[in-house]
Order: sequence, then structure tokens, then C-alpha cells
Amino acid sequence: MTIGSTPVKYRIKIDQDLCMLCERCIENCSYGVFRREGQKIVPDFRKCTACHRCIAMCPRDAITLEEKPNDYRSHPLWTREAREAIYNQANSGRIILSGMGNAKDYPVIFDRLVLDACQVTNPSIDPLREPMELRTYIGKKPRKIEINTVKEGDYELKTKIAPNLKLETPVMIGHMSYGAISLNAQLAMAKAVNKVGTFMGTGEGGLHKDLYPYQNNMIVQIASGRFGVDINYLERGAAIEIKIGQGAKPGIGGHLPGEKVAEDVSKTRMIPLHSDAISPAPHHDIYSIEDLAQLVRSLKEATEWKKPVFVKIAAVHNVAAIAAGIAKSSADAVVIDGFRGGTGAAPRVFRDHVGIPVEAAIAAVDDKLREQGIRNEVSIIASGGLRDSADVTKAIALGADAVYIGTAALIAMGCRVCGSCYRGLCPWGIATQRPELVSRINTDEAAQNVENLINGWTLELAELMGAAGINSIESLRGNRDRLRGYLLDEGIMEVLDVKMIGA
Amino acid sequence: MCGIISVIDRSRNKMNGESIKNALSLMDERGSGEGAGYAVYGVYPEYADYYALHIFYDDLAEPKAAVEDLLEKWGKVEYDEEIPTYDQERLKKDHTPWRYFFKPDGSFFSGSTEEDSIIHIVNKINTEIDGALVFSSGKNIGIFKASGWPEDVANFYRIEDYEGYIWLAHNRYPTNTSGWWGGAHPFNLLDWSVIHNGEITSYGTNRRYIESFDYKCTMETDTEVVAYLADLLGRKHGLPEDLTVKALAPPFWDEIDKMSDDKKELYTALRMAYGPALMNGPFAIVIANAEGIIGFTDRIKLRPLVAAEAGDRLYISSEEAAIRRMENNLDRVWMPSAGEPVIGRFNK
Ligand code: SF4
Ligand code: SF4
Repeated sequence: MTIGSTPVKYRIKIDQDLCMLCERCIENCSYGVFRREGQKIVPDFRKCTACHRCIAMCPRDAITLEEKPNDYRSHPLWTREAREAIYNQANSGRIILSGMGNAKDYPVIFDRLVLDACQVTNPSIDPLREPMELRTYIGKKPRKIEINTVKEGDYELKTKIAPNLKLETPVMIGHMSYGAISLNAQLAMAKAVNKVGTFMGTGEGGLHKDLYPYQNNMIVQIASGRFGVDINYLERGAAIEIKIGQGAKPGIGGHLPGEKVAEDVSKTRMIPLHSDAISPAPHHDIYSIEDLAQLVRSLKEATEWKKPVFVKIAAVHNVAAIAAGIAKSSADAVVIDGFRGGTGAAPRVFRDHVGIPVEAAIAAVDDKLREQGIRNEVSIIASGGLRDSADVTKAIALGADAVYIGTAALIAMGCRVCGSCYRGLCPWGIATQRPELVSRINTDEAAQNVENLINGWTLELAELMGAAGINSIESLRGNRDRLRGYLLDEGIMEVLDVKMIGA
Repeated sequence: MCGIISVIDRSRNKMNGESIKNALSLMDERGSGEGAGYAVYGVYPEYADYYALHIFYDDLAEPKAAVEDLLEKWGKVEYDEEIPTYDQERLKKDHTPWRYFFKPDGSFFSGSTEEDSIIHIVNKINTEIDGALVFSSGKNIGIFKASGWPEDVANFYRIEDYEGYIWLAHNRYPTNTSGWWGGAHPFNLLDWSVIHNGEITSYGTNRRYIESFDYKCTMETDTEVVAYLADLLGRKHGLPEDLTVKALAPPFWDEIDKMSDDKKELYTALRMAYGPALMNGPFAIVIANAEGIIGFTDRIKLRPLVAAEAGDRLYISSEEAAIRRMENNLDRVWMPSAGEPVIGRFNK
């Protein structure tokens, strides 16, 4: 006991005048913070993760939570986090795990980009009264099209168009696997994307049979562990995604602990009950772009060239060259996941320190593909910490075709970004497999929430486009003229290739 | 703002510049005195096989020597001269316009076409030689433009001395960029000339798209991309004019969804392949090439466009009054719908 315990992070207060001893807090807190002692609810602050479940469920608004101020000696370098990480590792000798996205205070580039609007000379367009087109096709596009003239003014298409995903809004939901999140969470999102005409990813956890009715809106994922992958799985997906890397943990694989591998998860993933599901960092059949191309083509071959194949990589410093290689591997889309991407569980050191912001990655990839004259032949999907419709609009203006959201969709279902997903006790029923917690999600209600979120963002995107005098998403894509840098340094402005405010 | 007017005589009867000057001047309130210009097709019959390069020089020493070195290297200049100009009180002569009748040397460009070589030379001069700007580079066509009012620019070049079977004219009201000689319309590349009223809000996307095909945007304005897009889609990709227009100003998805299966497939493919070429924002445009003219507006017609016919002549303009200044006895006058091309081709 050299080190002893560290100070508690959150303080929970119960207003005894308001509390009616209904014990809902006890019931709702899966971390076991509350207990009843006689006529009183007594909290054990130390266990609290600030997930807000108790607060949201208290019928009397009797619970308050506050972050406890730092009571270490203040120091600019040896922050509370730095010190506590050391205590933690001095005790455990292990890698420190964390959930959700990057928690470091890096400047957010999106917040230093502002959008533009029309005034006078160029009328803005009112999406309520004028058509506004957000339909987006994801997949390979021909460089040019060839036609036969049947007779004057009447043509026949000669070019064969490769299969594409047709999106009614450029917002999709990224891959979160069954195992990392609950089936109810997946089901709710599946219902939502089906309703709004967009897509979601299965993650690397296979496709549970309850999701079959929504398979036309699902993108199946293949990670290095190949969990749940067979021809039935491939054929069910609307598209196939090969996951090479993930923004929250570039360069490392995944690990789902055996205790989360309950019966249904084991069946869906096709692995033994309670065995650890480890997807290694590399795919052991991919060590070069040629190898990747082989996998892309064999997946296409297996599904009779009827499905687009995406390749997902984490945004890292040479992302542009890698993406160009991917584009040449016959892949139909490249997914770039920035360093703010969320995760169920990642070593903290990776989550907070590896990778680059997605804004810079989109710009660099879009530039590179243009330089090679192939930009329009492959789609770019951007993800990693998109928080609102402004982020989506900016990502598209920088060069993305569409985006994946992750954390935002979870927040729409209640997630409070407590960052404790890796513990499997998510009180909102999202990042857990415990049936009593999973059942907290009513899939219809949660689906409605996710649908509302995507619809809300889509309406705002349409308004932002209208303000810029643009009525089709094609004209926003890569339109960096519509962005201006505000308090960004020259180096970043150069990478983003945007002008300064006032210019 | 901005005023545009164009005319084609389908039987190739030549017209001199007098009446189009008057028509354009009628639309003076659509401009600001910062740019006007005229394009005429069929103007250099004696040099019809040569590319007529019109170049603005800032001075006649260094830039001119550099351009001539380059032209000597890449081909042969058959004849060259200063384009005659006549001082105007209200027009400041910022540049000296010069014209060269030039033929590129085929042996330099094995594997690419003669047209590609001209594009290469134009790009090279416009991006690498300070003080020189190629503003017209087609065969048997010429552009005459400057910063000034329509009548002053016309008198500066004595536009009535030129004749041809297609005329395009433009009166500029710059809102995006400064009024400078290079920024005046018509814009041109090879055979393609463009006049445009409006603002292209998709310019950032269009520019990045066209630059990935090695075109270089040097005019600081949104209109030049239209000429390059027309060249890419029309010449290089071989789309017929009406489909080129449908790529640049495509039908809405709602309309495409209602088409017959064949057409739906064609129009979906067109939007998928040419999405980045789609032009957004308010515009009315006329594009000309050696085969004729084509006029169209944006997809919701935020800028006016009128067409009219009289005998063999087809007129397209911002205003009916301007057309009537050229020809009052019209057989037919109509307002084309949004995105619908009006095509005028020579009789076979
Ligand atoms: S962990 Fe969540 S439910 Fe439990 S006390 Fe803290 S905020 Fe409330
Ligand atoms: S999913 Fe659950 S555990 Fe994860 S951050 Fe959100 S609330 Fe916390």
C-alpha cells in the first residue's frame, strides 16, 4: 500500500428533501454506486463514472453530480490525469484501457473553419421552397461515359456502371460491432437507417439474424479476425468493408474479452462461448497493396461483382498515399477514420496520441486522388468525431462524399460519453451485453431518436447548402471555396487548401 | 447582372460587328464599365488553318520575347501583328493586344492531339510568363475584350471592321473579382468561347475537378471553367452538345426518377460520372464552337435568357430588347425553361 487510493473524481449529492426513496437510482446504476441505509440513499462516489443514468431516471430531480476539483498540488505538466495514470500503472503494470474518443485537448480544426453564405449578387436558395438534392452514390464512378446515338437527341448508354450504394442523405452510421454494443442498440440504428434511406455498418461482429430484415441497409465488415464471415454474411450485406485500421487505435487490433462473448455473440461471431475474440493488428494475408487488391477482388468475385467493397483505414500521416493505393486496388470507397473516432475499448495511449485529425486527412486524400486524376472514380467516407451538421458540411466541403457517425448516434440513444464502455456495464444498455441492461433500450423509441437526429442534420445540411447558393450535394463536395480558416496557422491552411477569413 | 447576347447565321452569311455592338450597348445598365467583349467566328478566313492566338502583353519587351521563344520552340508562327486599337477617352489601355497565327509542330506531341498541344502552350504562357496572357486560341475565331463599357470596347477595336457568322458579346458587372482585362468575357479555349451572366457557386468543385484533368485556371473568375468543362466533355469525352448541357445542368433526381428505365439509367450515369462538373448557382450561359452555339440557364433559372429566330438567324440574349435592336422582325421569340438547351447549328 505504498500509493494508497487516488481522490474521487465525481461527487454525487442527493437532496434528501426531494428524495422519495423510490430506489430507482439503485436499480439504474450498474456500477453499484447507491445503496439504501434506513431512510437514506447513500452513494459511494468512488464507483461513479458520470454516466448520468441515475440523474436521468430520478423522478424527483434529487440527484446532482459534480466533477470534483483537482485537489492535488496544481502543476501545469504533472496534471491529475498524468499522475493518476502513473499510480494506476504502478499498481497494475498493465496497459490502461479507455472507452470513447480521444480525450486530449487538441484544437478542433472543424471549429476553426467557417462556412460561407450568399448575399445579394448570388441568391441563397430556400430549401423549403426549392428542390435541394442530397442524394449521394457511394462506389466506383466511370471516368467518362460512352453513349450510342440512336437518333438525333436519343441516346443509349454504353458504359456499364459499377454497383453503388444510393444514400438519401450523406450521413451513415459507422461500424460498431455486436459485442462492443448490444443487439438492441444495433437494431435501433438499423431501423433508423432503413427509414431515412441510408446505411450502417455491422462492425466486425458478424450479422445477427434479428438484423436480417434490415440487411439492405447494412454494410458488413471484415476485420483481421474474420469473425462471423461466411458467404451468407457477405451476400446479405449491401456493401462489404475491409477494416484495416480504426481512428481510435491506429496500428492495433481489437480485443473483445471472453466474458462479453455470451451465447448469442458467440453464435454471431462464430467463435466458442466465452473465448476472447482477438482480431490482430495486421490481416495475415495482407502485407501490401497487391495483397489488399487480391482480397478486394476475391470478395467481389465471391459476391459476383454485385457489391461495392470499401476499405477503412485510420487517418495517419501518410494517409494520402495509402488511400491512393487503395483506390487502385479496385476498392470502391476509402473510409478515413480520424483520431477522434470512438471505440468500445482502446489502450488510452493510442486513443489519445496516435493518428491525425480527419479534417487534414480528408483534404490530403482528396488532393492526392485529384493529382492522380482518379478522385471521382472512388468515394471518400470520413469519420471520427463528427458532432453536428456543421462538421458534416465541412467534411464534405473538404472533399468527403459522405460521413460515418458513431458516438453521435449513441448519444442519440442516451449515451453520456462517460468513457467506461470497455467495462461492459453501460447503464444505457448500449455498450453492454447484460440482458437486464440491454433491455433498457426500447428499439422503436431509440430508432426514432436516431432517425430524428439524422433527419435534423440533413435539414440543417440542406439549409447550409441553400445559404451557399448550392442545390445539389455534388457541388458542395470538395468545394473548399465555401470554407474559410479562422485562427488556423498557415501550415494547416496549406494542408487544407482553404483561404483565410476576409480573403 | 451582366448582359449577354449572341447570334448565329446558320447559312454562314457573315455579319459585321456593328449591330451586336448596338445591342450590347442597349444593356449598359447591366454592366459597370469594367469589362466588355466580343467573340467572332469565321473572322480569319485567310488563316483558317492556323490557331489565332490573341495575347495581352503588359509590355512589349520581356514577356513578348519569352512568348515568341516558346512559340518558335513548339511550332511555327505564320504571321503576327499588333491588334489594331483606337484610343478611347473612357478606356485605359492596360495591355497591348497582339495576335499570332500559329501552327504547332506535330513531332513534339506524339501521342496527344494538336488541340492538347495548344492547351499545353496556353497553360504554359498563362502560368509561367509574367505579363503575357493568352485570351483567345481557336482557329478562325477572335476575341476582342477589355475593361470598359460595351461601346468603348467596340470602338477601341473598331469591332464593325470584323465580320463572321457567329457573334458573342458580353457586358460585365463583376461582383466576385476585380474588373481586369483577362476577367472580361468571352472566355475562350481553342474553339470554345463562353459568355456568362451569373455566379457559379460550385466553382471550387468545378475548378478542382477540371484541374485534375490538367487544365489550369488562371483568370481568377468562375467563367473560365465553363470553357474547360465544355472542352473536356464535348471534345475529349465526345458527348454531344445537348448531353454536355445535361451534365452541366442536369435534371433533378425527382425528374430522373420519373423517366423510362433507359433514360433513367443514362441520366443517373451522367450525374454519377459528371457530378463534379455540375454547375450550381445562378447563371445564363452561351457556349460557342466551330459548329454552332448553345445557350442554357441554371436548373432553377435564376438568371434570364431569351431566344429568338429570324430566318437563318438564331439569337440568344439576356433581354428581348437587345435582340430586337439587332433584328426587329422576328419569326419567333421564346423563353427556354430552366436547364433546357437552345441549340443553333449550321445547316448541313
Ligand atoms: S455511475 Fe451513473 S448512474 Fe451511477 S451514480 Fe454515477 S452517474 Fe449515477
Ligand atoms: S456507451 Fe455507455 S458506457 Fe459507453 S460512454 Fe456511452 S454511456 Fe458510457
